[in-house]
Amino acid sequence: MSGLLATETDRRADAHAPTAAPRTGAQIMCEALVRAGVDVIFGIPGGAIMPFYHALPEYPGLRHVLCRHEQGAGHAAEGYARASGKVGVCVATSGPGATNLVTPISDAWMDSTPMVAITGQVSSPFLGRDAFQETDITGIVLPITKHCYLVKDIHDLPRVFAEAFHLANTGRKGPVLIDVTKDVQQTRAVPVWDVHFDLPGYGGPAQLQMDGIREAAILLDQAEKPLIMAGSGVIWSDGHDALRALAEKTGIPVITTLHGKGAFPDDHPLALGMPGMHGWVHVNRALQECDLLLNVGGRFDDRVTGKTSTFAPHAQIIHVDIDATEFGKSIRVDVPIHGDAKEVLLALVEEVQPRRADAWFAHIEALREKHEPKQTYRKRPAGAGLMPPDVYAAFNRMARERPCKVITDVGQHQMWAAQLIEWSTPRSHITSGGSGTMGFSVPAALGAALACPDEVIWVICGDGGFQMTNQEIATMVQEGVRNVRIAIINNGYLGMVRQWQELFENRRYSSTPLTGPDFAQLANAYGVLGVRVESPEEVDGVLSRAWDHDGVAVIDFRVEREVNVFPIVPQGSGIGDMLVEVGVQA
Amino acid sequence: MSRSNGAHSSRHTIVALLQDHPGALNRAVSLFRRRGYNICSVNVGPSEVDGISRVTLTVDADDVNPVVQQLDRLVEIVRVNNVTTLPRLERETALVRVRAADTRAEIAAIVAACSGRVLDVSADSMMVEQTATPREIDDFIELLRPYGIEELSRSGCIAMVRPPRNPITD
Repeated sequence: MSGLLATETDRRADAHAPTAAPRTGAQIMCEALVRAGVDVIFGIPGGAIMPFYHALPEYPGLRHVLCRHEQGAGHAAEGYARASGKVGVCVATSGPGATNLVTPISDAWMDSTPMVAITGQVSSPFLGRDAFQETDITGIVLPITKHCYLVKDIHDLPRVFAEAFHLANTGRKGPVLIDVTKDVQQTRAVPVWDVHFDLPGYGGPAQLQMDGIREAAILLDQAEKPLIMAGSGVIWSDGHDALRALAEKTGIPVITTLHGKGAFPDDHPLALGMPGMHGWVHVNRALQECDLLLNVGGRFDDRVTGKTSTFAPHAQIIHVDIDATEFGKSIRVDVPIHGDAKEVLLALVEEVQPRRADAWFAHIEALREKHEPKQTYRKRPAGAGLMPPDVYAAFNRMARERPCKVITDVGQHQMWAAQLIEWSTPRSHITSGGSGTMGFSVPAALGAALACPDEVIWVICGDGGFQMTNQEIATMVQEGVRNVRIAIINNGYLGMVRQWQELFENRRYSSTPLTGPDFAQLANAYGVLGVRVESPEEVDGVLSRAWDHDGVAVIDFRVEREVNVFPIVPQGSGIGDMLVEVGVQA
Repeated sequence: MSRSNGAHSSRHTIVALLQDHPGALNRAVSLFRRRGYNICSVNVGPSEVDGISRVTLTVDADDVNPVVQQLDRLVEIVRVNNVTTLPRLERETALVRVRAADTRAEIAAIVAACSGRVLDVSADSMMVEQTATPREIDDFIELLRPYGIEELSRSGCIAMVRPPRNPITD
């Protein structure tokens, strides 16, 4: 079969490149990656992807990072993408290799992260016959990918790879999976790189909708209590400068969502902070009082809106999104503007009149004074040892002098990081938001560290999440990665679940107490620096030492076990209903 | 087969053009499954454009528009319309095998009255066909039911929006 294919292809390719030699499918895959500008891929070999791995050494421009688990490879690709703005690539074999990618693919889908996942598949004659390590991975990832391909014809490879990178990295970004049968990897053909996309249903870049922009500008000019809310779309479009220009021209205060952190500097006078379930009281109050809300590049996640029927009840809503599917999905929209966040922001800056919103801003400032953010974290129970805010305060102080990227995991430590660290630059804050994937941070840091080798990449994670994926420290060591530092906020609980159990389930701590190994010794066993910190006095010294250390460092911060994230909006409530302490409503 | 999805659910008709690829239909119908909406009928076949299939779906749902938006986002969907409130023609074909021994004449009369056709007659049954609107087919089937329906197959609704009667003013 392959001989026939090669002959046929030779003839076809002759017209384009008479001297071109037949390549294996595996070689074509590698060359397609090089042509897409890929320099690092994260993966693990196995039976059905072995031909690809056989070809890989012939392409020295493709650095392969051998991860310890395919989930790690997927999150590393996400971390690479989020830190660099480029497409992250991960590779796995069929069956369990492919299913282990499902969690990071789902994570990338929820957080609109550009990713191409490549999986080997059993040879096409075995498809559907329950062959060894056969899993219908395209069937599994159907609802959590922007698109997915099963390649059964070697001639499709150049087009499929080109389309996959185009889809992953344009419009609303997201994951694309390419499943390649083993026989396609093994057979030979002359690749034709002059490909034509077969994507009649995929829209090109959205046209700038000037009608909506002018309508929005008039509303922004006239509103008495306007707010801007910035989401991750601002960061993906590099729209942070345009956002700042709009805020400064209009005097409109800016809220940044969890994924919008870094889109607007937290130390800017117009910065209000984060909204939603763990947002500050003055931010949620401002949302509930505002008469105009401009949401740029956010999707009105339920952690932002709380009960949707009571969200921003007095506001006209302008929603700027690159994905028209988002309009009205969760929240009614008065002026939808379909487009790239940066382009729309730039157009808005041109259209709006210079104005101030001093009275409104003063009102929010009064709210901020009345409901002082961080007040709960200033309280120190008698006899308390190391409190989590001690770590964040020291970290924040040092981060002003030493720029870095921070990758957080999921849970209490993540919300403390969002609340207590001042974020000032795009891509400095990377976390798993929509999917809430514990175990994201350590492998994502591996990817970010390779994308940004000259920056220090901090991981802040909990002891629960750390124990899910810390094996990727071994990958960092093998790959010579030296710019990752890991701070474990270790409270011996699955802390956020414990907090809910404390607040809403009468302190029934069902399956949340958690033990672990001595993380400093575990770090040593991996061959990296490991330090345990148990008192507030040690924090500055150890953080500083880890920062300056030439190599991966793990700090085990043994914090007080039952500290809560406040404020909190109980699930199902409106964002106006906030607890600021146990039993205390704002 | 059609099952209500809640107090406010009603019947919607959605027409989509999608690429004639393996898995494309799967992606489309999956968006209804995700929300627990039951698809009442689905019909798929070639459209006027080579390589593009036309799908007509009928579904009981309380709010189908978010799904239509998500359908539109699918890479392989070229175009999608919720035609529920638009002036349109709907057609469906039913094949029915009905028990018939000494009632052949009666059944043949019903079929003729409903503009159906008798396709086959055997010793104790008849196979009949009707092409009409889905509602007329419902009625046709109810007329035949007392005689004993042994087998029933419906093609699913196909729909086409009527062009405006006056393209200048419409």
